[in-house]
Amino acid sequence: MPYTLTINGQQHELDVDGDMPLLWAVRDHLKFTGTKFGCGMAQCGACTLHIDGVATRSCVLPVADAVDKNITTIEGLASPAAQAVQSAWVELQVPQCGYCQSGQVMSATALLEQNNAPSDADIDAAMSGNICRCGTYPRIKAGIKMAASQMKNAGGAA
Amino acid sequence: MNINRFFANTANANVDTGRRTFLKVATAGSAGLTLGISLSAGAQAQATAASVADTALEYNAFVSITPDNTVRIYIKHLEMGQGVYTGLATCVAEELDADWAQIVCEHAPVDTAKYANLLMGQQGTGGSTAMANSFMQLRRAGAAAKAMLVSAAAQRWQVSADEISVRDGVVSHGSHSTTFGELAMDAAQQTPPANDSLVLKTPDQFRLIGSESTLRKDVGKHDGTAIYTQDVQLPGMLTAVVAHAPRFGARVRSFDASAALARKGVRQVFEIDTGIAVVADDYWSATKGRELLQIEWDESRAETRSSNTLLQQYRDLLDTEGAIAEQHGNATATLADASDKVELVFEFPYLAHAQMEPVNCVAQVKGNSAELWYGCQSATGDQMAVAQLLGVQPQDVKINTVFAGGGFGRRANPMADYVLEAVRIARQLPDTPVKLVWSREDDMQGGFYRPAYAHKLSAALNSQGKPTAFQARIAGQSIMAGTSMAAMMVSNGIDNTSVEGLTEFSYDIPERRVELHTTEVGIPVQWWRSVGNTHTAFSKEVFIDALARNAGIDPVEYRLSLLANNPRETAVLKLAAEKAGWGTKELPAGWGRGVAVHTSFGSTVAEVAEVSVQGNSFKVERVVAAIDCGIAVNPSIVRAQVEGAIAYGLSAALQDELTLTDGIVDQSNFHNYQVLRMNAMPVIETHILPSTNAPSGVGEPGTPPIAPAVANALADATGQRLTRLPLKLA
Repeated sequence: MPYTLTINGQQHELDVDGDMPLLWAVRDHLKFTGTKFGCGMAQCGACTLHIDGVATRSCVLPVADAVDKNITTIEGLASPAAQAVQSAWVELQVPQCGYCQSGQVMSATALLEQNNAPSDADIDAAMSGNICRCGTYPRIKAGIKMAASQMKNAGGAA
Repeated sequence: MNINRFFANTANANVDTGRRTFLKVATAGSAGLTLGISLSAGAQAQATAASVADTALEYNAFVSITPDNTVRIYIKHLEMGQGVYTGLATCVAEELDADWAQIVCEHAPVDTAKYANLLMGQQGTGGSTAMANSFMQLRRAGAAAKAMLVSAAAQRWQVSADEISVRDGVVSHGSHSTTFGELAMDAAQQTPPANDSLVLKTPDQFRLIGSESTLRKDVGKHDGTAIYTQDVQLPGMLTAVVAHAPRFGARVRSFDASAALARKGVRQVFEIDTGIAVVADDYWSATKGRELLQIEWDESRAETRSSNTLLQQYRDLLDTEGAIAEQHGNATATLADASDKVELVFEFPYLAHAQMEPVNCVAQVKGNSAELWYGCQSATGDQMAVAQLLGVQPQDVKINTVFAGGGFGRRANPMADYVLEAVRIARQLPDTPVKLVWSREDDMQGGFYRPAYAHKLSAALNSQGKPTAFQARIAGQSIMAGTSMAAMMVSNGIDNTSVEGLTEFSYDIPERRVELHTTEVGIPVQWWRSVGNTHTAFSKEVFIDALARNAGIDPVEYRLSLLANNPRETAVLKLAAEKAGWGTKELPAGWGRGVAVHTSFGSTVAEVAEVSVQGNSFKVERVVAAIDCGIAVNPSIVRAQVEGAIAYGLSAALQDELTLTDGIVDQSNFHNYQVLRMNAMPVIETHILPSTNAPSGVGEPGTPPIAPAVANALADATGQRLTRLPLKLA
């Protein structure tokens, strides 16, 4: 049946089964391919996007449950936290293969939007649901700290 | 081919494409300047092992410059995170004196004659050879392009070429100054310089090689715009999944697709060699359709043994003599007579690669040709396999290479398994592009694992506790047996990938013998980041550590005393120990420190691990690594690769373990095949030894030392000598 999804501020109509995970609606039907498929059971975090600002695993969230929510994919990221994370990712050369990094960026951004000065333990807690087999964890952690610091400086200047 | 042996033979020599190399304009048309390098087979033989010698490389094209001032570099290796886009482009840009910002990279097409890996003789990525085989070739390509730009400028300005300078993408002479783009058309008309006329920079002249500020060229990974196989979109494309047999070697006896075909979105269901394919409008429909299949499997030829049973058989084999892989002196007799001996038995489980992007491939079969889109790692091998399957010529198989979401070995399958599966499906739907997608479960249960092994290591000791004779027995499956590469990689019954690392090791032990029992098991196996070194470095370095403790000698000192003839391992080991504060920095109570050093893929890495122990659980807190990889073309990427290699190896040291019960894989996804997450990641410091030697491997050599370093740290902290992976304290 038809569902209306609000993705990156725009409404999209699509006719799919309500039990289809949001991931596949976003990827296969709406062609937002930045959100990745890694496990299909909310174990790896590659499919992380934001639902009303909360980092959510889209591979297990049925489309029917995503109606009337604000969905943000990596393509729609624009907040100051997101910009700080993405610029830190480039500056520290975080990605290797990069396949998990959309999910890492989404989780990191959600963390910084909740907590602008995360400790190592906060970062571990927020990010341990996102697997990276290339082992970019040290640079992800450094990237989050750099982004937090940039946000603090920007906030101080404003 | 023995990559280590190759590197050993060329440790101080550049992989040079030789004297008779020349350049010519490949496609000079309106697109601008494209340079090709033609390589003579004889010249390569000079620098490479015999295996590569006879490959005729007629025409390589690496560089194009367009009037819009873009320098495009064709990357002959698969970018799977290891940094080949950046590293190879750096070699070109260095000698071209380009502005790094004007460089863009793209994967080269599959064309073995142009783009062979000079260490393999065919186009492909692996064995940590990308930089080692390309370093001189791509620098020459850059230097040649620069010579043509200079020549064009000299003509335009009517000045001597010798007086023209090039820097950061600007060609200048006196008051004249212009860009590469403005010269591109004229430069394309220049006679390509003879290769022996090219003067390459000396290391002290490098501006990009070794720089900390060259940003990666595999861009779009922080914002979701980078394209992987999973992201390829083509008009009319369908998605396929395959129901594979639960046991390896089983075949379809019969199936009922009626319910699957009735499922919305499912287009076709048919049998292929590897199972039942379900083709649908999208992945979800294909998966739901697959759940509705009724399949009866013929398991008469299936592998039904459990991994525990296999390992017991391997342990039993260790009591019998195997095929001889290496022999110096008469270690067996010395061991039989020795009064002081140490013996340890080691066990290693099967391992899945578990790269983040599960196996996938997009294929379209059109008449007598095919086109594919995927993270293609074994370019020549895959192209030939597809051509053979379809009965067409290799050049009729066009492969478009996209980024791979990790590989760690899995994407370079000697049987082209997933590639052929995609083509087998696509040829049932002529002209329709089909994306084959494996789920995580398909990927984890689909075989091609790092094999399980058992080792027994023995040493006879002198009165100082130093080994006078050493013997290793290894039991496990051959990775190469039965593949098209067996002829090259297996000799006298020895698959080098089963024993590498225990053969030809650096410790000075007068009598040595390495034996191998190759087992016949129906579980598909494959290389996994650092291949044989994943297990041989563990047993070697844990064993040496045990000998050191047995002798009451500090493990670093003990190793150094056996490495007197190996200045390279000595230097790397000393650097790691010094930076880790070995012998100088006190550890907190309950912590332990361990070390390992290993040479693989031409590079030497030493790692010192610090662990904290509480009861029977532990955490790896800090790892200090030192690497000698020759010239570090991009130090940031070298450090990233060492960090990643440690993380990958640590994951296996701590928890990766794939088991089978009655032939069925017990694990299916990341909930029961646990991999390293951020909360278990140690602090890592990587130190690169300064070097002017040619670059050697970087992607893999960081993996072998980590598991033994951690095991040795646990022995230090607890006295428990763990010899089975993953590591579990009693």
